[in-house]
Amino acid sequence: MSDAAAVVARGVGFAYGERLALRDVGFEVARGKAHGFLGPNGSGKSTLFKLLSTIVPMQQGQVTVLGHDLARDAAAIRRRLGVVFQSPAVDRKLTVRENLRYAGMLLGLGGRDLAARSDAMLAAAGLADRQRDRVEELSGGLRRRVEIAKCLLGRPDLVLLDEASTGLDPAARRDMWAVLKGQPGLTVLFTTHLMDEAAEADQLVLLDQGAIVAAGRPAELMRSVGGQVLELEAADPGALATELRQAFAVEGTVVEGVLRIEGERVHELVPRIMERCGDRVQRLQLAHPSLQDVFLKRTGKRFVATEPEPAPRKGRRRRA
Amino acid sequence: MSKAVLALWHREIVRFLRDRPRLTGSLLQPVVFWLLFSGALHGSFKPGGMDYGEYFFVGTLAMITLFTAIFSTITVIEDRKEGFLQGVLVSPVPRSAIALGKILGGASLGLGLAVVFLALAPLAGVTLSFDRVVLGLGVLALLAVAVTGLGFALAWVMDSTAGYHGIMMLFLMPMLLLSGAFFPMESAHPVLAWVRFVNPMTYGVGALRHALQGEVAGVPSFAVCLAGTALFAVATFALGTFVVGRRRARDAA
Repeated sequence: MSDAAAVVARGVGFAYGERLALRDVGFEVARGKAHGFLGPNGSGKSTLFKLLSTIVPMQQGQVTVLGHDLARDAAAIRRRLGVVFQSPAVDRKLTVRENLRYAGMLLGLGGRDLAARSDAMLAAAGLADRQRDRVEELSGGLRRRVEIAKCLLGRPDLVLLDEASTGLDPAARRDMWAVLKGQPGLTVLFTTHLMDEAAEADQLVLLDQGAIVAAGRPAELMRSVGGQVLELEAADPGALATELRQAFAVEGTVVEGVLRIEGERVHELVPRIMERCGDRVQRLQLAHPSLQDVFLKRTGKRFVATEPEPAPRKGRRRRA
Repeated sequence: MSKAVLALWHREIVRFLRDRPRLTGSLLQPVVFWLLFSGALHGSFKPGGMDYGEYFFVGTLAMITLFTAIFSTITVIEDRKEGFLQGVLVSPVPRSAIALGKILGGASLGLGLAVVFLALAPLAGVTLSFDRVVLGLGVLALLAVAVTGLGFALAWVMDSTAGYHGIMMLFLMPMLLLSGAFFPMESAHPVLAWVRFVNPMTYGVGALRHALQGEVAGVPSFAVCLAGTALFAVATFALGTFVVGRRRARDAA
């Protein structure tokens, strides 16, 4: 497995000054797969991404990317890496085509090779008719496609995406993934805080407070929780929870205005609830556990956005 | 490496030409400054017996290289904020190529703008021969690389454009003012007269005066000025390459 792995990480730790951002993180990413990292803000996934993209130096542990040691051979890794950052890395004042041209030149491409490769990527990303437009004139979704085209320009073996779908509507996100999945043999490593995007991964790592709390195939992770989840929407979910507790001895929790009841045979409750308080239930949904539930079970808390990762502070800066 | 440098250099030029307000400001600001200063001081100030318009003409050229360097290297901070720089940092480009592309880009703009202003010499009453122009362009190129290298190193370590403006007013402007670009320094207060010799701009402006005006009083010899300017350029270029070579957590916005 290790020989075929695109990324092998062992005991990775990273601290901004005294604040630990990553603790003993280890995982393997198989070649040709999409490997997701899911976690709330501050879970350490962006720090992990910065390490893998060679932007920040390694502090602790060992990482091998495409057979190269990350701490010693960052230059060799960069040659085979495509990166899409959370904040756009395209030049808005330049045209789509110019962005690709400069990106290609930075990769050492030039002449006909670069032109042909740009044409191919523009076509793959559906940007051929917008190539003379300045990036600032494009929508967010199209800009993201420019990023993807730019990142695939150098035929990378590994693509890193940091929250790349943030701010994209579902259609634009699907577009983005369609372009990526159209590249044969490409390994994609992505971070996200979107459950449904994470569920699409071949392999998934759940991060919380800098540590891995779960890892595996999304379907397996969700099965590991077991049972069913019943969600009820009502004008007063608190009152509904009290009523159900008294009537059926059912414990529910209200999360963001939705009453959730979890259990092995929750579906049997549905007709009883609807008979008793159907007039107050606005919506009812019975589902298998989601990644949200996996996160809850492994960490004992809700997957909610907390404060963003702090930027490294001045004076505590660590140098390479 | 050379393609990467070419890409970054070319981007500087394209972005400059596309930014109309910046282009207009860069072309007109030196002319306006020269007109205002030489007009205002025309009757009252004749440094070394020279008409102030002629004296300040050389100073304006030095000012062009410095101001262009400032405004082109401040884009390093914008590139970092906008994320473009991240993309460059994760590309297989050697860090030194980033410094080289950016510094040569800014220096080319400074040199180009200086050439435009130099073309106005006859209107300013400054007579130039072919030899002097060639020599002057050589000095300007060296000076432009020097000040752009300095601006690049400063911008690389700064977090905000406002902070950069602070450094500019506190550090770069005095460098220009004490260089002999605006007024002669040989009879300044002893402290300032001493500061003048450690100010690398003194040698750049001095070399320009020698090149464009021949032997002039009150500045070190041409050889000293030229050596000082070359040293200035090498030192700031090395500094720029050094700061860009460090990898820090901050580089990921």
